[in-house]
Amino acid sequence: MSNKNHHDKIERSVGLLAILSIVAISFGTLVLITPLFFMDETTQPVDGMQPYTALQLEGRDIYIREGCVGCHSQMIRPFRAEVERYGHYSVAGESVWDYPFLWGSKRTGPDLARVGQRYSDDWHYAHLMDPRSVVPQSNMPGYPWLDKNVLDGKHTAKKMTVLQGYGVPYSDEDIAAASAAVQGKTEMQALIAYLQSLGTHLK
Amino acid sequence: MSSFWSAWIIVLTLPVLIGCAVLLKWNLTNHVGVPEDQVTGHEVDGIEEINNPLPRWWTYMFVLTLVWSVYYLAAYPGLGNWQGFLGWTSSNQGIKSLQESQAAVETAKAEGLNVELDREIFRANEVYGPVFQQFAQRDVLDLAYDDAAIKIGQRLFLQNCALCHGSDARGQHGFPNLTDNDWLYGGTPDKIKETLLYGRKAAMPAWFDALGEQGIKEMTAYVLSLSGRTVNDREAEAGKAKFALCAACHGADGKGSLAHNLPFGAPNLTDNIWLYGASAGAVQETLTKGRYGQMPAFKQTLGEDKVHILTAYVYRLAHPEPIAVAK
Repeated sequence: MSNKNHHDKIERSVGLLAILSIVAISFGTLVLITPLFFMDETTQPVDGMQPYTALQLEGRDIYIREGCVGCHSQMIRPFRAEVERYGHYSVAGESVWDYPFLWGSKRTGPDLARVGQRYSDDWHYAHLMDPRSVVPQSNMPGYPWLDKNVLDGKHTAKKMTVLQGYGVPYSDEDIAAASAAVQGKTEMQALIAYLQSLGTHLK
Repeated sequence: MSSFWSAWIIVLTLPVLIGCAVLLKWNLTNHVGVPEDQVTGHEVDGIEEINNPLPRWWTYMFVLTLVWSVYYLAAYPGLGNWQGFLGWTSSNQGIKSLQESQAAVETAKAEGLNVELDREIFRANEVYGPVFQQFAQRDVLDLAYDDAAIKIGQRLFLQNCALCHGSDARGQHGFPNLTDNDWLYGGTPDKIKETLLYGRKAAMPAWFDALGEQGIKEMTAYVLSLSGRTVNDREAEAGKAKFALCAACHGADGKGSLAHNLPFGAPNLTDNIWLYGASAGAVQETLTKGRYGQMPAFKQTLGEDKVHILTAYVYRLAHPEPIAVAK
């Protein structure tokens, strides 16, 4: 066996193979992901964007808790069919304050990226209580308990402080007023407030 | 993207391509020290390893992918700020507002950029645009009895309106019936169109604080009596005395804001048509908690040409026979 066969060394050493594999793969990460952390396009909000209010933020957490993201995406792709149905395609600047983002990848139900202001609060209430009362062919489950559960606002301020640390522009006054703003509101009201805020900046 | 990150991407991408080519070249030469087609000396369970060259089909595929990647990076946007010689992009990037988006569509068109989404929409407009424009120029009263327009209108209705008003357009609790020719904001083509384009926001205030429990009961009795319902006369009389509170929007006669040419959308209380239910309990709830019906605006979602056709469809719902127009 000639010692010209350097590849032989890699094949015989698992550690070296692992290290070199990671080096090879990291090129992809460095090229595809790193620049996104530093580009205006992906780090700056769209014009006029406001962070979620305390109530909307709680609604977002209910959206996460109830697993809405499992059936609803929040990502309008740049195709004519989608743009006609849902509105302007989603852009990165709309998600810069979402931790984590809720783009989703499954559409059992329709995309919700621009559902804000598309239906009335009353419609959302009727629809969340019993989807078939307004859309007879719907297979979405009802969420009637949201109307009974009342928010105590215990963690709202803490959540906003954490987000502030990530760079979401909450003022200290916003955080101080957070608990009072959600206390006594039902989870239903919070979820509807969140839904009504979705995608309204490019509308 | 700043030129630093553009350079970053190029500097990391190109060496990988070159590296792949070098790796292939290196693997095509025999470094093992055993002549090709000869046994290397490795043997497991009687199976011997032979020093075979890389399969030719595999080698060609590897070369093809390399060639394709070079072409791809030259033709399409991928290498940092390089836009690709085809000028192709899936959509306009870096949009921060609707105005910017519209401006980007114009710029891309002027510069001859090949934006996939814009092109898709442009092509569709070329085909369907004239159809909608043709309809847009015709009068709503005329379109309402045009089969082709009504067919389009029905589809638009089922996709956008049926969620609240029902697929039969007869509405449901809190969402008006569109087939009964009873209107909150007006049933003329102009008013229907205005409602569709800009939406409506109703505000029936809650009266519990002002009237109290007994007052609500009395007012309910009076309101029901306006529609000829049998009620407790004494309660109705007491309610009537306080009806001035309601008259500001519903009119002193309770016939609603439309009858008095006012834009509040306050319903006629004398026609026994009830948006939130006809029972005394439902009317009581309305008076106690208020109602805030809302019709969303469709100008942005559908555009004026489609709204025009939809107006004709909604008008037709309430006027199934063209004779109604002649009157």
